Amino acid sequence: MSAAAFEARVREALRAGRRWYPAEFLFWLAAFAAFLLLPGQLLLLNEVAILALFALSLDLVLGYAGIVSLGHAAFLGMGAYAAGLLARHVTADPLAGLACGMAAAGLLGLATSPLVLRGSDLTRLMVTLGVALILYELANSFASVTGGADGLQGIMMAPVLGLFDFDLFGRTAYLYSLSVLFLLFLVARRVVGSPFGLSLRAIRDNPLRASASGVPNGRRLAAVYALAAAYAGAAGALLAQTTQFVSLDVLDFHRSADLMLVLIIGGAGYLYGGLVGAIAFKLLQDGIASLTPQYWMFWIGLFLVLFVLGGREVIHGAVRAVVGRVARFGRGAAR
Amino acid sequence: MSAALQTFGLCKSFGGITATDHVDFALAKGARHALIGPNGAGKTTFVNQLTGMLRPSSGRIELMGEDITALPPEARVKRGLARTFQINQLFATMTPLEMIALVTSERLGRGRSPFRTLDRDATLVAETAEILTRFKLDDIMNRPIATLPYGRRRQIEIAAAFAARPSVLLLDEPAAGVPEAERRELMATVAALPEDVSVLLIEHDMDLVFRFANRITVLVNGRVLAEGTPEAMARDPAVRAAYLGEAAHV
Repeated sequence: MSAAAFEARVREALRAGRRWYPAEFLFWLAAFAAFLLLPGQLLLLNEVAILALFALSLDLVLGYAGIVSLGHAAFLGMGAYAAGLLARHVTADPLAGLACGMAAAGLLGLATSPLVLRGSDLTRLMVTLGVALILYELANSFASVTGGADGLQGIMMAPVLGLFDFDLFGRTAYLYSLSVLFLLFLVARRVVGSPFGLSLRAIRDNPLRASASGVPNGRRLAAVYALAAAYAGAAGALLAQTTQFVSLDVLDFHRSADLMLVLIIGGAGYLYGGLVGAIAFKLLQDGIASLTPQYWMFWIGLFLVLFVLGGREVIHGAVRAVVGRVARFGRGAAR
Repeated sequence: MSAALQTFGLCKSFGGITATDHVDFALAKGARHALIGPNGAGKTTFVNQLTGMLRPSSGRIELMGEDITALPPEARVKRGLARTFQINQLFATMTPLEMIALVTSERLGRGRSPFRTLDRDATLVAETAEILTRFKLDDIMNRPIATLPYGRRRQIEIAAAFAARPSVLLLDEPAAGVPEAERRELMATVAALPEDVSVLLIEHDMDLVFRFANRITVLVNGRVLAEGTPEAMARDPAVRAAYLGEAAHV
């Protein structure tokens, strides 16, 4: 084979990593179609979209960089409070609030990254947990700024892009959250397929070889940690803006723990895990809560244990088979 | 002629144990140099200091006349010092293609870019293809590294180090664990490395060392016991007593 022909094969193989699969188009089509098909469920769908964005953030950190975190709520809360405070005191424009939430959380991520990058998984779990606890108590005690236990009230949002007013049924809310999720997903997809993304995989696979290959591990991990923090901040900002309220709950431990669950259900390291997991988690929560409102945590707990002990392979295997079939069908149709 | 890589009074101790003891070592430009010594002589500790994975207790390391003692491993790679590992250190979830592309992308300084693509980068594609061809990895380039036979993974280990375009290449027991049948091919790969790359081979297998090296340094208990041509080393009574004699009994 000539050198040029082989280079073409190499180029093609490198391109395969960022090619779009038919199943992906279907996924996003369904997400936007849900707006028309499920008009009565838009508030729930909005929550799903926000949780999915939050989970996408953890996937960048856990699935792509291999950093475990039990305190991701710190960034969600930072984004929520930053966006809420901006709306109350400066401007009611949603996009300005979104940018502000992302920037605030991103800076917090950058500032705490030196703590997180040190040490083992256990150290990381404790440090991330600690940072989130500190933030929770700070928000609790600076009640004059954050509203403390009463929450940050009186957030009034201007229309998105000056055109779409927020309504009681979550129509604007869902489309706004879904659009932000979609755009940030596109960015994340581009990032993980870039040379930078490849170096993250290298660090996750083998940090020793990564540094022996010229990768400055610490700086790359700090960068992705800050990026993921900004994503979580965006989720927080969306939450504050679409519910027009921020409570201490956004910084609560259960937010971080639920998020871990979401990623375990969906699977980490392929971007869609967080999205699929968020849908499954919310549906599960919603379904069980409507059946047994008092004991839903029991069923979630039982599900989690069974899922992790063995159901995961079964479910993921089935999903992969279906996706594979859809993909083949898509390719067949394209021909 | 100035050395490609040189150490001055290099020392490393762990608690009370001295693993590297005032080592003055020079790797000439374009050399085919072997570092030998019995188990526990401190060969890998020495290499880890050269590449920045361990910080020496005292002493100085120079690469092409430049002091690199305080630099982290990745900065040394950028200055042209690459290595392989005694135990394979590969990216298990990647394909050989991805692994070589990663090393090449870092060499070209692309790794900082979150929005570039790999495939639209003509230089990166050409260099990756060149390395894959040179190391005969083209037939397996799209298979996960974890599924490849051990001998092939050993080749990738060398290819990945070479993809950094080093001026100095440290090979830490490249043939370790490779079955006899595949050894020859592996050493042919090593022998085919371009002459302008200075190679330091850390090896146990005397047969390989004598075929490959034109200069040998013998390390015993963290000290340089002797250094010279292979013939001189084979004759040296101290070397024979400390190492070769011992090996002959095995």
